[in-house]
Amino acid sequence: MSILAYNGSAVIAMKGKDCVAIASDLRFGIQGQTVSTNFEKIFEMGPHLYIGLPGLTTDTFTVLNKLKFRANMFELKEDRKIAPDVFLSMVSNLLYERRFGPFFVEPIIAGLKPKTFEPFIASMDLLGCPNKPEDFVVAGTASEQLYGMCEALWEPDLSPEDLFETISQALVNACDRDALSGWGASVYIIEKDKVTHRRIKTRMD
Amino acid sequence: MAMPRSYGGLSDYRTVPAPSFSPYSENGGSVVAVAGDDFAIIASDTRLSTGFQIYTRNQSKLFKLSDKTILGSTGCWCDVLSLTRLVQTRIKMYQYDHNKVMSTPAVAQMLSVLLYYKRFFPYYVANILAGIDDNGKGVVYSYDPIGHHESSKFRAGGTAGALLQPLLDNQLGMLNQENVQDKTYTLEKAHAIVKDVFISAAERDIFTGDRISINIITKDGIREDSFELRKD
Amino acid sequence: MAGVLATERTLPGFSFENCKRNSTLLQQGFKPPTAQKTGTTIVGIVYRDGVILGADTRATEGSTVADKNCSKIHFLADNIYCCGAGTAADTEMTTMTIMSQLELHRLNTGRPVRVSTAKQLLKQLLFRYQGHIGAALVVGGVDVTGPLLYSIHPHGSSECLPFTTMGSGSLAAMTVLESSWKPDLTEEEGKVIVRNAIAAGIFNDLGSGSNVDVCIIRKGSVDYIRPFDIANLKGQKQNNYRFRRGTTGVLSTRIIPLVTESEEIKKTEVESMDTSA
Repeated sequence: MSILAYNGSAVIAMKGKDCVAIASDLRFGIQGQTVSTNFEKIFEMGPHLYIGLPGLTTDTFTVLNKLKFRANMFELKEDRKIAPDVFLSMVSNLLYERRFGPFFVEPIIAGLKPKTFEPFIASMDLLGCPNKPEDFVVAGTASEQLYGMCEALWEPDLSPEDLFETISQALVNACDRDALSGWGASVYIIEKDKVTHRRIKTRMD
Repeated sequence: MAMPRSYGGLSDYRTVPAPSFSPYSENGGSVVAVAGDDFAIIASDTRLSTGFQIYTRNQSKLFKLSDKTILGSTGCWCDVLSLTRLVQTRIKMYQYDHNKVMSTPAVAQMLSVLLYYKRFFPYYVANILAGIDDNGKGVVYSYDPIGHHESSKFRAGGTAGALLQPLLDNQLGMLNQENVQDKTYTLEKAHAIVKDVFISAAERDIFTGDRISINIITKDGIREDSFELRKD
Repeated sequence: MAGVLATERTLPGFSFENCKRNSTLLQQGFKPPTAQKTGTTIVGIVYRDGVILGADTRATEGSTVADKNCSKIHFLADNIYCCGAGTAADTEMTTMTIMSQLELHRLNTGRPVRVSTAKQLLKQLLFRYQGHIGAALVVGGVDVTGPLLYSIHPHGSSECLPFTTMGSGSLAAMTVLESSWKPDLTEEEGKVIVRNAIAAGIFNDLGSGSNVDVCIIRKGSVDYIRPFDIANLKGQKQNNYRFRRGTTGVLSTRIIPLVTESEEIKKTEVESMDTSA
């Protein structure tokens, strides 16, 4: 078994019209045994910036703390909020530094760029190779199922309300066909003037 | 005098490990089947591959067993050929013995037995059987390589099975959707969804592509259709 | 970057602090996952006035496509570009490192860098890591000595060639190059050959796919055309999959308002930069 599948997870981010969405499941397990069903894998890194860290949970926290430290140092030094693309480089460098002894996380970043509020999504493999597509990014143990869902459901220029339905349906149905993720889901819709965080109804088995 | 260094002296042969024979290969491909009230649709892509190489872009993985039963089979292609030939022969024998065409549920049961017969040296195949039963109702059976099977309304299998199945759950089973009254689907809707799920799978699964061959089974017989996919 | 009170390890270079843990995990049967690979087709040819580089745009993770439109032709210097195949992170980071070293070299010497310098820096870096950095590169550029094309293997060997190809689609691409490349090609002929070579990889190698990117490097000018040719289009969907609003069951909603409470704009006189002397 791959170590990335030890705890199980599913994270997804999508671009919409003047908004982005990022969502994850809420399961924390140790292989087949579910330990918690209220485990957030998405973390706020700024008002318009969120990061999802699926993978090995111990590394999720180690990487999160290291990133928070570096992002805070950036803000103190530069006296401005960190932009999503800059943050992407930061994560990428942190991961590639450990090229020969990697952290087992596959981060996903979603946010709006400062000033222009242009949507931004990105994903990385565990070595920090960035991927910045125009539509959606997925990661975790349910990534194949998520790819299948998103390729059919996603369309350009979705409004925040429609984007919520699309990302939620993609996530929930994908998790139902993955034994290691699911048990509740959490969806963030990031807009210029507000962030909406919803917990959605899913199967609990 | 020192011995000159050589490659392939007799003594060297002892250190060469015996090449281990691997009887299986993975030749890729996906199958999707959908059962309706009075029809069944089964579709497969037509790419046959090994590793990063394409053998052919034009090999359907559907095997007609009778006028109301079709078997979709992917995995190790040589096993697919052996198994389907065996199934076809057994269906003929049944017909000559009993003077009637084997019904779809009977074929389904027989296929399970044939697979389990090789429990400890299995056929490396993912099978999906589609057809209409004696009452004219659509049925789909899916199998694991050693004969476990279950009946369902829709099923995806093969290399892109994981990509295709949740989409079928959502769009045909209407799972996870609130306030949905009508959970039935017509032949036209199922046909369109089968094409769409393959478009998605061809985007992300490198072993699925080129073309899909679709067979629609109704009480009037089998209708064939074809749909182009991306070729990279 | 760390301050006086908050210290973090600041040594440059790779960190090996997880290696022991990861090898222990491996012993317990937890395999490390596969990194993103660019199962790739990349080519480069020399033509009459310069060099043409080409690449496909697919990145794979095992048998799934991770990126449908990634960029595999990397900038090294104004007159040098580099195609990368192999482990995606390695090609990306290796070319970025060398790019900055070349820029420092240019500022130190005060003249445009040579292609052989780029090649030498890359192969020395790769050799130092004994093939563990999985980058297979095609470096092309034009300098004072004329157009030059090198291919560099992950262990640090290199060769200078008039046409070359790398990656999982290299055999398919090489069939095109071997049959149609000739000395003194025009730019138009060269572009067609590069496109055909990449297309051969895209269609016949499952690790390569999507579009063709092309980069033409002449003396004093560069044309980076991305995409040069859209070889594959996504199929047209039959149905519309937009959901009726309220389809997903919501358990709880929390709205985090992001209101700018006050905004102060200070106008300052634009000071022109001192450019005298």
